[in-house]
This record gives sequence, C-alpha cells and structure tokens, in this order.
Amino acid sequence: MTKRNDITALDEVAGNGLLSRRLLLRGGVAMAGAASTLVATQGASAEPLMEPEWSRYQGTTVEPMGRRTKHEKDTTRILTNPKGDPRTQHARTPHHLLNGQITPNHLHFTILHNGIPDIDPEQHRLVVHGMVKQPIVLTMDRLMRYPMVTRQTFLECGGNSAALFSNEPVQANLQSLHGLVSNAEWTGVPLSAVLDEVGIDPKAKWMLVEGADTAAITRSVPLNKALDDAILVLYQNGERLMAEQGYPVRLLLPGWEGNMNIKYVRRIKIVDQPALTYYEARNYSPLLPDAKAYRFFFVNEVKSFITHPSFGMKLNEPGYYEISGIAYSGAGRIERVQVTADGGKTWADAAVQGPTMHKAFTRFHIPWRWDGKPAILSSRAVDDGGNVQPLRADFIRERGETQKPVTNPFGFPNQHYNSLTSWGINAKGEISHVYA
Amino acid sequence: MFMLEKISLAACMAVALSTSALADDKSGLGSNVGLGQPITESDIKPWDITILPDGTNLPPGSGTAAVGAKLFTEKGCVACHGEGGTGGANGAVITDIPLAGRGIEATKTIKNFWGSSTTVFDFIRRAMPWPAPRTLSDDEVYALTAFILEGNKLIPPGTVIDAKSLPQVKMPNKDGFIIRFPDRI
Ligand code: HEC
Repeated sequence: MTKRNDITALDEVAGNGLLSRRLLLRGGVAMAGAASTLVATQGASAEPLMEPEWSRYQGTTVEPMGRRTKHEKDTTRILTNPKGDPRTQHARTPHHLLNGQITPNHLHFTILHNGIPDIDPEQHRLVVHGMVKQPIVLTMDRLMRYPMVTRQTFLECGGNSAALFSNEPVQANLQSLHGLVSNAEWTGVPLSAVLDEVGIDPKAKWMLVEGADTAAITRSVPLNKALDDAILVLYQNGERLMAEQGYPVRLLLPGWEGNMNIKYVRRIKIVDQPALTYYEARNYSPLLPDAKAYRFFFVNEVKSFITHPSFGMKLNEPGYYEISGIAYSGAGRIERVQVTADGGKTWADAAVQGPTMHKAFTRFHIPWRWDGKPAILSSRAVDDGGNVQPLRADFIRERGETQKPVTNPFGFPNQHYNSLTSWGINAKGEISHVYA
Repeated sequence: MFMLEKISLAACMAVALSTSALADDKSGLGSNVGLGQPITESDIKPWDITILPDGTNLPPGSGTAAVGAKLFTEKGCVACHGEGGTGGANGAVITDIPLAGRGIEATKTIKNFWGSSTTVFDFIRRAMPWPAPRTLSDDEVYALTAFILEGNKLIPPGTVIDAKSLPQVKMPNKDGFIIRFPDRI
C-alpha cells in the first residue's frame, strides 16, 4: 500500500514538487519506472458499485440542437451589462471550467459597443473601394464562392487582463481576469483574394474597415497585415458565425487586438494614412508611466496563465495534481512554457500540447506533487520568434502599474497586459491571486 | 448566372466585362475569381463616412458652439453626458482633468488625450446620439463638434467649424504617442 502510494519517490525537477513533464508521455522511459508510483489509492476503500437509476430507463429524446447537461449549467460567461444598458457589453470565457484548446462558440468571449445587430445575410453587402482600380460590392452569396481557408487562432481584447495593472493583486477568478480571450477554428476567404481583385494603388498603406453594427465600429489596419494573413471569416468552429461574433462576415487579423477584427464588415476603404478612429485614438492606445502612450499596439504579445488549479479552487489534500494552462502569442507559435511552484525561484519545462499552431492556444501540462505547504504557481511562455513573456517586475518597470488598487476586476485601467499571473496556495489548499 | 433572383442580368454582365477589362492588371487567385460587382464611388458615398486626420472626406457644412449647445440638449446628449457635457453616466465630453501625474489609470479625455480633432466629428457622426446614430445632419455634427472643442478651450469662442478649420485645431496631446511596432505598418 505505502509503496504504490509513494509519489515522493519521484524526483523534483524544480522547487516545491514540480515533476518531470516526461511523466506525462505515454511509453516514455521515465514512465516505465514511475507509472506505478503515480497510481492513486489514497483514503479509505471505495463503496461497492450498484446499478444507478439513470441506467434503467429510456433516456430523453434527441433534439435538433444539442443541449448541454444540466450538471454543467454553471459553465457560462460572466456578463458586465446583462440588461443591455446604453453602454458596452462584455461576456467573458470561463477558462477555469474548460479544457483543451478550442473555445465552444456559445462560450467565446465577446464585446459589443451597441448591442448585437440582426443582419439579413441576403441584404448585407461588402464594398471595397478607395485607392483601387475598380471599387466592387459583394453579396454574401458571391463571397461564399471564393476559395476558403481554415485556421485556428485566438482572439483577445486589447483590454484583457487589465486588472493585473493594479498595484495590488485583484482577488478575482481566472474568468474575470483573463476571460476576454478565446480560441476558435475560423473559416473564410483570404482578404488578399478580394483585395487582389480591386487592384490596389501602390501608394496605399492602410485600409479602413467598418462594420454594419449600430456603432459602425471602424479601425485602420496596415495593408501589410491585410495582405499577410487576414481572413474574411464566415464560419466559426465549423458553423456560420455567431450573431455576436459578426454574422454574416467578420474580419480576422490573427494575433491582433480583438477590436480590430471588425464584425459585420460592410466596407473596406483603401487609403494612404490611418484615420485615428475613436477606438484607436483613445481606448487602445495604452498609457505609459510618463503619460506618453503607445499608438497602434496591434499585436497581442506572448502570454500564458495557469487554468488548473486557479483562483477560487481548493486543493483538498496533499498529493498528485496536474498543473495545466494556456499559452499563446500574436507573433507566432508557442515554443516553450515554463512553470514555477515556488514563486519564480526555480522553473521547470511543461509539456506543450502538439501540434502547436501559429497565433493559437497551446495547452501546457506539468505533473506536480503538492506537499501541503504554501506554494506559488506561475507560468511563462516563449514563442518561436524568441519573444519571452516578461516577468512582472520588468513589465511594470516599462509599462507601469496603477497608483491606487483596482477595485473592479472588469475595469480597464490600461491595455495589453502580457506579464505573469501567479496563484498563491496556502496550507489549507485555498488559492488566491498574488504577485510574485 | 445562378443568382438571377438576386442580381440582374445587366449587373452580371457588367461584372464579366469589368473582369476581362482588368484581367491584365491583376495577379494571383483573386483575379481568377472576379465575383465582385463594380460600383461607383458616388454610389458608395452614403456609407463613406470615415474622416482622415488631414481632413480628407470632411463633408460640406459648418457649425458653431452656440448652435451646438442647443443641440446638445435637444438631441438628448445631456442624458448621458451631463448638463453642458460635463458629466453624466457615460462620461464628460467637456472636462479639464490632466493626464500627467495620475498614473497609467488616468482618465483619457478629448482635451488631454485625443491626437486629432477630426476624431470628434467622425465619432459623433458615426455613433452618437447613442440611441439613434447617423441621424444628425452634417451641420449638426459640425455644431456639436464646435461646442465640445470650444467648451474644452481648444478653439477661440465663436470659431466656425467646417472642413477647413477643423483639421487645423491644435490638440494638446498630438505628439504624445509612440508607435509600438513601426515595422508592422
Ligand atoms: C444613451 C446614452 C448616450 C447618449 C444619449 C449620447 N451618448 Fe455619447 N456616449 C455614450 C457612450 C456609452 C459613450 C462611450 C462609447 C464607447 O465607449 O464605446 C459615448 C461617447 C461619446 C463621446 C466620446 C467621449 C470620450 O471622451 O470618449 C462623444 C464625443 C459623445 N459621446 C458625444 C455625444 C453627443 C454629441 C451626443 C448627442 C448628440 C451623445 N453623445 C449622446 C452614450 C451616449
């Protein structure tokens, strides 16, 4: 009994009980010796098994739209404006209740500045004009006939994780802190195919992209990006776009700040200068400590956070746990994720779920033996361009932190936070948000 | 010609013509597809509302703060931005809070932050009043813009705001920006 239980026999690869990621590889060398020691048989022996109630009667009838079990009814988004008052509405993804890499469509984060428009796809038009040889207009039927591409990519609001600019850690869960990022498989028409058709003036540098929503949101996008990997998206995880994601067509700029991925696209104007529209001139120009501000930040830089375990969860007993989380970079592919259990004194490499994709969620895992003493968990990602997720001290030195503690986890004291997130575990196994 | 119910035959032929006429100038996949229907800039005009910082695309018309002040009440702006635009549930549009010394959480206002006066016109015309955007005439938008700029002491009293004067308004924080990744532009 004691022998099979004895995960203490495994050597740590970093402080406070981090174990080798190789334990997770099936058939690996380490597994042969270590597997049996990971078999959990803690506590009193289990009850005898009985035939449960639900196995003895016919189940309910299948419906045209699949339905989630009532036991998972709390896996929902957090809303900031559930009554639709005249202001912005945010819905945040519950990453602490999800796993894998794809965000289900009904749990994908969204932000609407003036509600969800009800657009008739038969009447929706997309016009491309400005510094072009021939302005064109497209019906959705016509747009659907272009050759399409499919790719996974994350979408992240430039204001995601903004509460971590607070000079004191805001006590809120993962969903509240990092819920404005999600990851989906998108299918649509490469924008370059449509731009090719209109014949762009070589003097043009930017495009202005505008939605058919009530707020007519518009952003300036460099043509470099437009011709690189931009997509006019029609499908989200295999089905037509959710209304709140821009049905019937949205712009996808893989790895770039959410607000630029204009929903309900109805107009693209090719121009020689950016427009300084409201959201680029104001909201998404992050302030620096010297009261200067960054303009055209665009890229969501390399970032990661631990989803399991995380704030608000409880470790009920010492022993084996898997630490797992999400890493992504708007500049490329995740190459490496390191995890610490001792607040950054020592780090170990986590197993990175392959195949890794450019500008998409990459899940990481690492086995951990919690000894019942206080621990601080954190993760740190590196992308294939060599960009490293900055340590908090370095990040704050450059980008600043608030003068007063942030009290509202849904507020936006600043934008584009990509430093670490640390979870402090006390001797009772309770998890809080800490800075390490 | 699968789409006769939606697009007239004439339009389809126009597509075919324009595609072949431009064929020599195009390259890549898109040129083989050619599904766009030609349209003229004048037919796009009703949607072409974005203003560039140098004033490009500002429409004819003009307005003053005196007219704008009345409109600010008549058009219901006060309900969300307060009497005289100085408060309200959705924030003051006329205010004098400084940017410096208040940390990274400083409130960004039109006066202390916005880099271009044209953004004021563009945003009001595009998105305000919140419950009924794109219902104001261009003269009304000029007048409301003048009201906000004058209230913020960014233009002398009585200035007429039009396509010529608006881009010339000096915004105090115009040079307060650093391009984050110049190589991506
Ligand atoms: C029902 C509420 C409501 C009404 C009425 C309204 N606004 Fe607004 N206004 C808002 C909201 C909400 C925002 C913020 C928009 C956002 O963040 O997406 C805003 C933002 C603005 C801004 C930008 C301010 C800044 O500093 O960021 C200006 C300028 C403005 N409104 C002008 C007007 C004018 C002029 C009118 C009247 C014609 C008007 N508004 C009527 C709700 C309203």
